[in-house]
Amino acid sequence: MPSREHILHRVRTALSRSAGQPAAPAPEAWLRPISMDPDQRLRLLLERFSGQAVRAGSPQEALEQVRRLVAGRQAVASPAPLLERLGILALPEVVPASGSVEEVRRICAAADIGITSAEYALADTGALVALAGPQESRLASLLPPVHVTVLETDRILSGLDELFTRLPDPGAVSSSLVLIGGPSRTADIEQILTLGVHGPREIHLVVLEKAS
Amino acid sequence: MSEAFHHRIQEALLDERLQAALYAATGRLMDKRRSGVTAQQLPDYQQLRTHAHRIKQHTLENLDYYLELVERRVAERGGRVVWCRDGSEAQSFISGLARDRGVRLAVKSKSMTSEEIGLNEALEHRGIEPVETDLGEFIIQLAGQKPYHIVAPAMHKTRQQVADLFERKLGVPREEEIEKQTMIARTVLRQKFLAAGMGISGANFVIAESGAVVVVENEGNARLATSSPPIHVAVAGIEKLLPRAADLAVFLQLLGRSATGQPLTSYTSFLSGPRRAGELDGPDEFYLVLLDNGRSRILADREKRQTLYCIRCGACLNICPVFRRIGGYSYPGAYSGPIGAILTPQTLGLNHEPELPFASSLCGACAEVCPVKIEIPQMLLALRGEVKKAEARERRWNPEKLGFRIWAWAMQRPRLYELAGLATSALLEVDLPGPLRAWGRGRELPAAPARSFRQLWRARPRSG
Repeated sequence: MPSREHILHRVRTALSRSAGQPAAPAPEAWLRPISMDPDQRLRLLLERFSGQAVRAGSPQEALEQVRRLVAGRQAVASPAPLLERLGILALPEVVPASGSVEEVRRICAAADIGITSAEYALADTGALVALAGPQESRLASLLPPVHVTVLETDRILSGLDELFTRLPDPGAVSSSLVLIGGPSRTADIEQILTLGVHGPREIHLVVLEKAS
Repeated sequence: MSEAFHHRIQEALLDERLQAALYAATGRLMDKRRSGVTAQQLPDYQQLRTHAHRIKQHTLENLDYYLELVERRVAERGGRVVWCRDGSEAQSFISGLARDRGVRLAVKSKSMTSEEIGLNEALEHRGIEPVETDLGEFIIQLAGQKPYHIVAPAMHKTRQQVADLFERKLGVPREEEIEKQTMIARTVLRQKFLAAGMGISGANFVIAESGAVVVVENEGNARLATSSPPIHVAVAGIEKLLPRAADLAVFLQLLGRSATGQPLTSYTSFLSGPRRAGELDGPDEFYLVLLDNGRSRILADREKRQTLYCIRCGACLNICPVFRRIGGYSYPGAYSGPIGAILTPQTLGLNHEPELPFASSLCGACAEVCPVKIEIPQMLLALRGEVKKAEARERRWNPEKLGFRIWAWAMQRPRLYELAGLATSALLEVDLPGPLRAWGRGRELPAAPARSFRQLWRARPRSG
């Protein structure tokens, strides 16, 4: 018997189930989004984000913040609409993450700073939600030692509950969704916390306040 | 008790440095967990545990349905599910794929399942270099050891030992500063990530409806291993399934807090198939190896089925008074601590180490901290019963049974019982005789009180 059938047969025998039998109704998903007004979301996110977070009152200010963070160093940026619109992709230090997979990898590996736009942020844990796609690279937020994310205030969700309410199947929109809860860290030697073991040691968030 | 088991325990107990380090490290993790699940931090903690238990129960009770669902969904998203009965099938699939694609170097992120099946040895044997990239796993791979603890694999190593290892195995100048040691590992492993033809990861969860694996970590090595090389192979036991992504809202809240006290770890990757058309980066190929390796046998046992609910947070290890003394290397198999004590006998067989289920005081702390409410002490008792039954089948004369019979008989005769009590307290003063000597080894017996309970009772002041 091929392994697939062998395993399924054993599992069915163990459970006294038969082939093709539907599943019993699953327990209800435990999604209980907390209601928060936009100010609360922003305040909580800035407080809980485990890196440097700054607010920008206008697109010009957001660009200035990013320029200040780049500070003449070599940067890679995802070719995201938000970054384009803000003029970040046009900064002289910035190379877009584009081309073949190998080129994207090479560009990201050589950069001092990676700039991305986050799909969402979660207020309750201060986490960023990165969705890979044609305009967002996986490696731009991972290979460079410093990661800068730009986010608009209307993308702040209360937490995981709201995320999975909006995005019940992240796999439907991308091959990769990553929750970024902080900088790359380890405590594997004598439980001493060390940052930047494989990914960025520093993460920055620029929150662009969107006129409502 | 088997000599090897006994010997490993003795070795751990006699190593004073290890004892201090083990006690401190598990204590810190325990404190972190405790402050992560306080009523203020996580008001719904108890309901979340109950719900997590219920979801695991449901998924496992309908496992064949979810296995077929995940297979379909992975295929729809451009990947492939590979079914493996045991470790050797998984080894041959992965090494065969590597050979087909001309892969000589594979980067690995932390996976207890791959430890369970000895994947590294198998790959090496077939000329493929597997490199562990989690810092702790990297260290123990260099040392040629197995993980000491489910979430803190190099818990037993000091910075001096790491300095020795790096100097000897990596040919770098001796470095005792932890931050600099970490940067040495970063540099060495970064080259491996960029050169590897395959990335191998485990999976904390497999989401049936999404055809996705979820990998939880802090270092970023799992993200690199699953995003940089052209092939991603995820290895997961069949028990890792969850029905839907929304269930993560429950499990992610519990996992990070129970393991390290973190509300959310640095990285949680939700990976569904290979890079899609137009996506900037990610692997070209995606495989999900679904491993049985004894799990369907555990599933058949209604009572002990809940062993499979485990999400490998390590909380039961940190709080266990036995683990905290005997450490990770005393346990046979890949999994240590209370969860190892119930998992290993069921996967490797009771005979592998019959004394393992007895290496517990049944204090119940493990069940109290388990985020999915596995009744570990009950499972231990059930396994003890099975070991004893098997022993009884093997021999007619059973000294233990006889002993308890005599005890029961004496118990019903107060004068005799009192005399026996006196005799026992006298015995405690000296070395235990005959066959009891082995039991006495490694045990510090309390001094017998000067007066027995019965004597105190008789002498009690009476009122009214």
